Amino acid sequence: MTRSIGRTALVASAAAGLVAFAGCGGGGGSSASAPGVTKTSVTIGSHQPLTGPAAPGYSEIAPASKAFFAYLNSQGGINGRKINYIYKDDGYNPTNTVNVVRQLVLQNKVFAIFNGLGTPTHTKVVPFLTAEKVPDLFVASGCPCWDDGGKQPETFGWQPSYQIEGKLLGNYIKQKFPGKKVGVFYQDDDFGQGGLAGLKEEISSQIVSAQSYQPGGTNVAPQITAIQKAGADILVDFTIPAYTAIGQLTAFKVGYKPQLVVSNVGIDPTTVGGLLKEFSKGKADTALIEGALTDSYLPPTTDLSNPWIALFKKIHDQYDAKAPFDGNVEYGMAAAYTFAQALKAAGSNPTRASLVAAVEKGGFTGPGVVPFRFSGSQHGGYAGVQIAQVKSGAITPIGPAQVTDPGNGPIKPYTTKQPDPASGGIVKP
Amino acid sequence: MTFARNLAIAVALGVAAYLLSISLSPFDNLRLASMAYYFVALAGLTVLTGLSGQISLGHGALMAVGAYTSAILISRDGWALVPALVAATVVTALVGVLVGVVSARLRGPYLAGATLAFAVGLPGLADKYPHAFGGENGLTVNPPIAPTSLGANFPLERWEAWIACGCALVTFVVLAGLARGRVGRSLRALRDDDVAAQLAGVDVGRLRVLAFVVSAGCAGLAGAAFVAVTQIAAPGAFQLALSLSLLTGIVLGGLGSLWGALWGAAALVLLPSWSDDIAHSLSLSGDVQANLPLAIYGVVLIGVIMAAPTGLQGLVRRLSHVVRGRLFKPEEESA
Repeated sequence: MTRSIGRTALVASAAAGLVAFAGCGGGGGSSASAPGVTKTSVTIGSHQPLTGPAAPGYSEIAPASKAFFAYLNSQGGINGRKINYIYKDDGYNPTNTVNVVRQLVLQNKVFAIFNGLGTPTHTKVVPFLTAEKVPDLFVASGCPCWDDGGKQPETFGWQPSYQIEGKLLGNYIKQKFPGKKVGVFYQDDDFGQGGLAGLKEEISSQIVSAQSYQPGGTNVAPQITAIQKAGADILVDFTIPAYTAIGQLTAFKVGYKPQLVVSNVGIDPTTVGGLLKEFSKGKADTALIEGALTDSYLPPTTDLSNPWIALFKKIHDQYDAKAPFDGNVEYGMAAAYTFAQALKAAGSNPTRASLVAAVEKGGFTGPGVVPFRFSGSQHGGYAGVQIAQVKSGAITPIGPAQVTDPGNGPIKPYTTKQPDPASGGIVKP
Repeated sequence: MTFARNLAIAVALGVAAYLLSISLSPFDNLRLASMAYYFVALAGLTVLTGLSGQISLGHGALMAVGAYTSAILISRDGWALVPALVAATVVTALVGVLVGVVSARLRGPYLAGATLAFAVGLPGLADKYPHAFGGENGLTVNPPIAPTSLGANFPLERWEAWIACGCALVTFVVLAGLARGRVGRSLRALRDDDVAAQLAGVDVGRLRVLAFVVSAGCAGLAGAAFVAVTQIAAPGAFQLALSLSLLTGIVLGGLGSLWGALWGAAALVLLPSWSDDIAHSLSLSGDVQANLPLAIYGVVLIGVIMAAPTGLQGLVRRLSHVVRGRLFKPEEESA
């Protein structure tokens, strides 16, 4: 008898608990043109590796974008709306990315996802964003997989696809180091595989060894020694900064000194230099990547005479001064600039559909030295790069800007002059 | 009789879950779904640890077995959801036989160590065989599609909540029956004194394996429900931290009690998101903001354990005794 009363009490308290939980949910809606858009603001969201294996360097990107938006907001925003940028940590862990992005879309009710970072992470949320018709602009990854307007009409890349990068790096190797043996050290996902596919377009006969790693592990000696044993004169890294550093330290330890070539995403000298110092307890620094070949599609951060760099430096000093002024900060601001252009082009009452249509219409020029591959069918980001080299610890362009496609299309020089920041009507420098 | 009552409670809970799911926002439905799959795993673990006295630090890995089984069956072999859920449960239970046979011979810290090795080692298989398991990238499945009879615009999150809550209710009925029946009594005897239990005719070895198998099956079902809700099976989701947080969940909720598993599941889902909200409502520098949720989570855990050493269910029981004492038996209290 008493027992059943106890049971009832338990069930009642359970129900009470559940109802209390129901009360704490919810979220205010607004009656503007689209979710996340009010008369005075536009809320956008992102997932970023603020912690975890990809955090070194990349964790600077979102604060830099936010700094750019803060500057833009101080000038009145876009069409009178301030941009409210919410970015959440996913630790470069795909499962967290799924949770974080669903929270941004369903709870924070963001208008669009902007610059979500990472290939293994972002691929997991594209089906959801496609189903919910949420614009997924300027993914912070060069995976060729974003460039699929047919299946993923809301998703757009921003940086050059790793395949285009691999192709142009391969083309340079073919011309400057004909007949030399090439080893490839790559991340075992669409990032590394895309880069490898691009290299193979140009130099499949020169590649003697291709070794992969899984992000998370710390011992890459088996891979590096395998490449050394294959006799590669040139080592091409399609790695995130932490693995560029670990790879170079390992190569140094085993006495392997090839000509280093690194994807743009894995070479920012400030980041890699810092990691080399940290991993070696102060014994190594940027000397281990000095002379490395890479590529770039934004002006070098050391060139303060470039009006874009001058603008970004000014914003950095005002809003994000604690971060080093490096390639990651430049990346975050440049991507934010493109987003501001897209939002402006989406009209005075932007909807999710009008934002996507504006990007497909394309024609954005800005800090990039090459044009974007944006159209109804192409969703690919920057169409090329220029070859560059690490000189005195800074990325210095050494070749002309070139454009191509991710397949076997021709490589062409691109000579149109970079516009001035003031000309776009987005910011007043 | 017992079965009928358990079923009645399950139906009541089912109605509560249904009412919740139709009144909650999509994001809170997602939280409800997470609670439900955590409940399945915690309920299984509480049978093992709370009833039979065995400890497992490897339940996160068992969830991974269930998750990968269902992900492979659904995405590669095109299985429907329900058969995949059943298959994930069965496959994980079979893995549980293996682990259980080993665990029946081990006790205390040795058992913890063996299952710990399992938790640490198993997710590594995904990296070792990237072609089968997708490496660090993991495997993805398409979102479950609600039956068309529910309407074309039936929210995905509500359907996911229903799937996970369905799994939780089935688990509840099965485990409640088990715990209150002969097996449950034998398990409790085993936990309190295995020699005495053996003298009373309980087959200790077999019972320990059985407890592990049941517990593993639940973990497998939880893993499969996890895949149905998140559409991803990747090693990053099944690290040691998951096994530890499951253990945290049953201790926090109240060892050995299915209600405790329910509180534990709610705590595992709500505490981190609340502490996250708190951290974000304060304007702090990025580094502090990224780490503060963990610190808040830790402080709350310590607080709850100190205030309610028998877990939230112990607290509820104590409160209900007090309330019942006041309401129904004032004479007993004065005595």
